[in-house]
Amino acid sequence: MSLSASQNRAGLALIAPAAVLGLLFLIAPLASIFVLAFTDYQLGDRALNFIGLENFHALGDDPVFWRSLSNTLIYSAVVVPGSVLLGLISALLIDAGTSLRSFYRTAFFLPVMASLLAMAVVWEFMLHPSFGIVNAAMKALGLPPHNWLKDGSIALYVLAVIGIWQSFGFNMVLFMAGLSAIPRDLYDAAEMDGTPNAWDRFKLITWPLLAPVTVFVAITSVIRSFQVFDTVHALTQGGPNKATEVLLYTIYAEGFEFFRSGHAAAITVVFIMLVVGVSMLRFLSLKKNGASA
Amino acid sequence: MTTGSFVTSTLRHFALLLISAFSLLPFAVMVSTSIKPADEIFSDSVRWWPEKLALVENYSEAFSAAPLMLYLMNGIIVTVAIFFLQVLVALPAAYALAKLRFVGRRVAFGFVLFCLLIPYHAIAVPLFILLYFVGLLDSYSALVLPFTISVFGIFLMRQFFMGVPDDLVDAARMDGMSELSIVWRVMLPAAIPALTAFGVFSVVAHWNDYFWPLVAVSSDSYFTPPLGVMAFRNAEAGNNFGPLMAAATIIVAPLLALFLLAQRRFIEGIAFTGIK
Repeated sequence: MSLSASQNRAGLALIAPAAVLGLLFLIAPLASIFVLAFTDYQLGDRALNFIGLENFHALGDDPVFWRSLSNTLIYSAVVVPGSVLLGLISALLIDAGTSLRSFYRTAFFLPVMASLLAMAVVWEFMLHPSFGIVNAAMKALGLPPHNWLKDGSIALYVLAVIGIWQSFGFNMVLFMAGLSAIPRDLYDAAEMDGTPNAWDRFKLITWPLLAPVTVFVAITSVIRSFQVFDTVHALTQGGPNKATEVLLYTIYAEGFEFFRSGHAAAITVVFIMLVVGVSMLRFLSLKKNGASA
Repeated sequence: MTTGSFVTSTLRHFALLLISAFSLLPFAVMVSTSIKPADEIFSDSVRWWPEKLALVENYSEAFSAAPLMLYLMNGIIVTVAIFFLQVLVALPAAYALAKLRFVGRRVAFGFVLFCLLIPYHAIAVPLFILLYFVGLLDSYSALVLPFTISVFGIFLMRQFFMGVPDDLVDAARMDGMSELSIVWRVMLPAAIPALTAFGVFSVVAHWNDYFWPLVAVSSDSYFTPPLGVMAFRNAEAGNNFGPLMAAATIIVAPLLALFLLAQRRFIEGIAFTGIK
């Protein structure tokens, strides 16, 4: 069918609402981030001045920004392997048998569904230095108690554990979808061919066939971990002493507490480059194995 | 059953129960604390079931200390409005991208793919400034409007519509249906599975979202459930853990109940949207 005038008109009309809203709420805001980053704009101002790279120079000299960036990367470096590995182990263990499958699946998925903010408040109580169940367990095991969220040397890792708790069930579901796509007869064939050991079969079949899913899950986890905010805002406010300051929290504080929009925009540019950079990897991984998309 | 398989099966359950303990512990602590009187919460011994049940006290205090029902209602209003408007905007666009040839289609789809990469947090500052200047901050509009456009919804539905046979569309055209009524009367019924998956994704995301409501509203008459929990915690700055855990339970319960009722739908929906 050739490009008919009526179809052209209909197409433009049907896409118009989405185009207008997209322009207003996505494209224009995104473009203005890249403008704001080069200005001294503060919320409420009627005018703005272009100050070139000054915001970025200021970031370069700002120890809080560097702390925030490195904390985000450290958090990610703990949460991503943790939640991918635990998600994979859970999926493999559930898949290895037939009993209680849906119980386990539901139990692991519950944290994904629950409001992280509400559960952060519960974690705060569990980690309470005097009445928390975590310190009670430490004491029962003969280990020293900690002030988990107020101790700068461990607070970020405690938040990372909450991050793993919240997200591994999501990864498990993606791995289970990947596992169910592996043909069963491959395993039977391998067993008949003299690979009776489950671990050998895993190395021979599961792992290579699951590799594309694993790459995809890992990259998705990286992007999600860069966006850590709820637990930080609720439990530590970036403290103690900037030990849990992460990018999104810094953007929030600069943009919505101090209203230094230009400065917040400059940090946002860094945040966008990180996320888009990693997303491009996901795009490539999807392209390479279009089957999983 | 051979002894070997009995051993592996026991090991499997042992490992899985260990992981279950990790994932369920906060829920157990939350519910257990929500029915305990204060003196048992602060006692040294760990008990899951209280000696003296304080269920009624804690829950009624939670409801009286903060307008929890209002927060839940706000959660429902906001998530339903967002999903309804997302579908209203995304479905025609997805249909146009999948089935119609028009000038700028490739560019439009390019924009969709590009915007998929941008987390909304990244544009929160300009969105906030925009709503500030049009005077819409601190309103339902502030909570809903920025999410009326879901490039993810457009992308997902477009992929699904690509798989709907052209014959179906052509037959409807023969019957004299307009393109808009094809969207709602032919494509929508065909797209229920994909739409359910998107609905799960959208409702879960916006019911649990904390960042944007935190930025966009300040009066507690617009608080969504997560903001409500925070307000409750900050107001009860002391150590009033029983009612606080009761409030957390109340806020978490509706979505978890829906999830438990329709687990397969939820998990498939999330897996479907996660893999896309």
